[in-house]
Amino acid sequence: MHEMSLAVSIVELVSGKARAAGATKVTAIELEVGKLSGLMPEALAFCFEAAARDTLAQGARLEIREVEGGGRCLACGHAFVLDSLLAQCPQCGGYAVETVQGRELQVVSLTIDEE
Amino acid sequence: MCDSCGCSQPDNSVTIRRAGQNVSGSANHHHAPHHHHDRPVQGRIVEVREAVLGKNDALAAHNREFFKNRRVVALNLVSSPGSGKTTILERTIRALLGEIPMAVIEGDQQTMLDAERIEATGAPVVQVNTGAGCHLDADMVHQALHQMEPAENSLLFIENVGNLVCPAMFDLGEAAKVVIISVTEGEDKPLKYPAMFDAASLCLINKIDLLPHVDFEVARCREYALRVNRRLEFFELSARTGEGMPGWLDWLRSRL
Ligand SMILES: Nc1nc2c(ncn2[C@@H]2O[C@H](COP(=O)(O)OP(=O)(O)O)[C@@H](O)[C@H]2O)c(=O)[nH]1
Ligand SMILES: [Mg+2]
Ligand SMILES: [Zn+2]
Repeated sequence: MHEMSLAVSIVELVSGKARAAGATKVTAIELEVGKLSGLMPEALAFCFEAAARDTLAQGARLEIREVEGGGRCLACGHAFVLDSLLAQCPQCGGYAVETVQGRELQVVSLTIDEE
Repeated sequence: MCDSCGCSQPDNSVTIRRAGQNVSGSANHHHAPHHHHDRPVQGRIVEVREAVLGKNDALAAHNREFFKNRRVVALNLVSSPGSGKTTILERTIRALLGEIPMAVIEGDQQTMLDAERIEATGAPVVQVNTGAGCHLDADMVHQALHQMEPAENSLLFIENVGNLVCPAMFDLGEAAKVVIISVTEGEDKPLKYPAMFDAASLCLINKIDLLPHVDFEVARCREYALRVNRRLEFFELSARTGEGMPGWLDWLRSRL
């Protein structure tokens, strides 16, 4: 379950940032997840809840913003919405497609409570 | 291995040791429970904008720098459990021993078995037990390098935990990922695990000695894998009989 590995990484990153900001608690986390990252938002939210137990991020609301996949055909240059790493160019049918967007996985912001 | 990194404390569930050593350095450290305050508090928004795997990627870059300075070619071997990573390594090491210095980092959730198999070949090996973790990360490799410095101009094989999902996301600082699929698996694996085949530079199709007994179509497997990653190179081999090994061995020689 790779969502668990990433949930742990999210909690580590968030806890470090929250501590540095003097937080007593993290109430919300804004997360950007690319649609081609292979992560299921529901599974990620579920794992996050477990990973956050006994940390500053316990109980925080996870706000997941999905980022559309974007591809560019290396044969004809056509740019298009990419919904999987296996997509074919809709213009020329080629498989040589470069992924230009959709692999993101980043913490955008936190909402914290302070002393 | 490094003067400037300020190596971090190992995670308490991870143990790293030379083959033949007892478990050490896994003292548990617990975080103090945090206090709850009753008075009302307001929310404040803190900008972060950092990649979730940013810390891993930075450590991977550190490993990569180390490999570059020592001219160590590090290869990250990934596959489903049982595809033949350890067997391929045993055979590879026996073939190249005395010609190229080699070392191995063995990732496994619980056991020392693979490290013992490698040790028997004569190559230095460090075992990383990941506990519940289903992949190696750059920090584990970094710590392993502190236990065993690879020689200059050498090959470092990193056998990842058997899993085609998570290891695709965690850069270890390797020069290349080598994905292994055996002919007893489905030839559609590249379509089912595209991220891994996309991240790999080389694909070894193993256990070809079993081809007469299974339905696996090598050409179809290659075609699927190329659909995901048109730069992927392939060797078909049998770690059991040694058939097809020379191509892979030459590929290794050419990387140094
Ligand atoms: N027939 C056959 N069996 C193999 C071959 N390579 C590995 N095996 C067997 O497959 C099983 C798993 O191999 P192992 O190297 O432990 O896989 P790992 O989990 O990827 O490290 C063992 O029983 C090996 O003996 C091969 O080329 N042909
Ligand atoms: Mg193995
Ligand atoms: Zn095209």
